[in-house]
This record gives sequence, C-alpha cells and structure tokens, in this order.
Amino acid sequence: MKNLNQTKLKHWSEPVHLLLQEHKIKQVAMVPDAGHANLIQLCEADKAMQVVRLTSEEQGVALLSGAWLGGEKGILLMQSSGVGNCINMLSLSTSCQMPLVILVTMRGDHGEFNPSQVPMGNATETVLTAMGVLVRRADTHEAVVEEVAGALHMAFNTTRPMAVLIGQKVTGAKDFRKLTH
Amino acid sequence: MKKRLQRREVVHFLLHQRDDLMVVAGLGAPAWDITAVGDHPLSFPLWGAMGGAGLIGLGLALAQPKRNVLVVTGDGEMLMGLGSLAVIGAHKPPNLSIVVLDNEHYGETGMQKTVTGLGVDLVGIAKSAGLAQSMLVTNKTELENLRTEIYKKGKSRPGALFAQVKVSSEKLPLVLPPRDGAYLKNRFRIALLGPEVALA
Repeated sequence: MKNLNQTKLKHWSEPVHLLLQEHKIKQVAMVPDAGHANLIQLCEADKAMQVVRLTSEEQGVALLSGAWLGGEKGILLMQSSGVGNCINMLSLSTSCQMPLVILVTMRGDHGEFNPSQVPMGNATETVLTAMGVLVRRADTHEAVVEEVAGALHMAFNTTRPMAVLIGQKVTGAKDFRKLTH
Repeated sequence: MKKRLQRREVVHFLLHQRDDLMVVAGLGAPAWDITAVGDHPLSFPLWGAMGGAGLIGLGLALAQPKRNVLVVTGDGEMLMGLGSLAVIGAHKPPNLSIVVLDNEHYGETGMQKTVTGLGVDLVGIAKSAGLAQSMLVTNKTELENLRTEIYKKGKSRPGALFAQVKVSSEKLPLVLPPRDGAYLKNRFRIALLGPEVALA
C-alpha cells in the first residue's frame, strides 16, 4: 500500500479488496454495476466475506445497520442511480449514528452516453450530502484506494455514513452501441 | 366474523420469557407492541426506515448465526419492503423469523386500508420468494406453534421463518420506546457484545 502516488495502478479493485480484508469486512451488500465487477469477483472468492445480493440499494443501508448491531462490518456497492433509492433509509444511519461505507460507481458523469443516467448522476453528491453522508470523490485508480482507505477508517471509528464516488474517468464511460457490435 | 387475535396479546405471547432472542420492530404499532411487553436492551424498535426492518434482521442474523433473531413488523412496513423477502428467501438464514402483524390498515395515519385487506397474500409472496416455512396465523393454536418455531435452537429449517398474523385493527394506547437511535444502537451492542464495544 506504500507509495500509491508513485506507482501507476492497473486497477483499484485488488488493493481495495485487501483493505476490506484488513478492516475485517464480512458482509458485502450490492446491487451490481459493471464498474464493481472485479471487486465483486474478489469478494465472492473470499471465504471470510459474504456477498449479499440486494434487489434495491436501500436494503443495503438496513442490512448493514443490522450487521453493525450484531458486531459485523460491511460495505455497500452500488451505482449512482441507486443512491436515489437510498434517500429515506439513510435516516437510519444518521439518526442511529451507524457506520456505513458506500462505494458508488458513477454514471451520468464524465463522457456519459445514456441521457437517463445524467439527472441522478448529477445529483448524487448533493443527495448524499443532504442526508448527512460524508462524500469523497476519486477520479484515478490511486485516489479510489486512498479514499476507500480513509473512508473505512473514518466511518467505523467515528460511526457515521460515508460514500466514495468513483468517477467515470476511472470506470470508463459505457456505450451500449460499442458493446453490442 | 370470527374474532381476530389482538396484537398486544400476540406480541406478549411471543416475547414473554424471551430467552436470548434479539428483536427488531418495524416503526409504529409493532414498536409500541414490543415495548408494551417491556423495554429490553436486545430490542431495536424503529422510528423510521420504513421497509427496512426485515433487512436489519437479516444483517443481524448473518452476523450472529448462533442466536435467534425475530423481526416484528406491520403489514404496511412489510409491503413497502417486499423486495426484502426476495433477498431473505435467497440467502436463507435459518435463525431469522419475520412476523407480520397484519391489521390490514395503516394504523398511525388514520386507519387507511392496506392492500393486504384487498387480497394481497403475504404468505404466498413469502413462499414464492423462497421462505419455505411461511404460515398464516389466525388462532391460538397456530400462534403456539409459531412461538415454538421462533425459539427453536440450532435451526434445522431450510431458511427464514415467515408468519402473517391476522390481528384486529383497534387503536391501542401508545407505549413508546426510547427515541434516541444512537442510544438504542449502543445499548443493543453492549448487551450483545459486551461493554468494551463502547470503549473500543
């Protein structure tokens, strides 16, 4: 993990998986996004972690509150469109001072192709901030690792919800036209 | 029409001598109901988070696989979080029970009808979502059976237990739990995990 800024990282997912191990993250709750695919694979292969498949993102806020009550740590993975689904449930994190770390892969961000992703992508940071979630943004692979490291440490030590927004400069803008040809 | 079960009597029957059971209650009447039995550090009554009670139960059940978790909630709260039944059905925690006190109304907002009163079958939904042991409870015998199932140790069942308990819709006196969420969380964790979790 040393000298992150000096070495060019190929992908953030492996060092972030190591951070999750280091912080004894047990429950990995997610609605998948392409940008999280590598990390999800690493977590699925990790016997110390349980990947919980949600059907809507706010479920993860509730699930990980229960995990914390029971003495386990978790992490919540979603894309930016899912942040909108979480708004009211985040009151659980703030009113109970529950630690929560959300890794949000951005859509409607740098180079977006799909118009329907833009409104929520554009509002993601505002919405999270309005609900009392501390937001950090990362636009390089190195910055993702650094911000996740900081958020894990801070959220669980100061018992508050935090989100790391992973910009589309990192994950790459998706163009379905290119995917299908 | 046959007389329906009374919610406070149902919850009292399920929670008296509760052993080491951990209890999550959905917002509104279920939170008042569990408090009427007696406030308890291993109770986590919700004041909001509508639709989230079942998933709080799942997170807790996964974290504490050797202990039993009971979620007591209402039909309105369950209906808002129907997707949670799919998540719970798929992950099959054998130490989780979900009891829906179904009065077919939104009790805190003026007793408007919910869709369970219009034919929506929660037991059918739960079964289809993979909660193999899902039961409708309308009388004392079925309630006794439900209690036995909730307290079974070292669960042999293939996943979470689900029960829809049909109750009458009368308005009962409020018995309010503590409102400070941080207090509710901390006392729960201290009771379950020991005082050191507050100092770490």
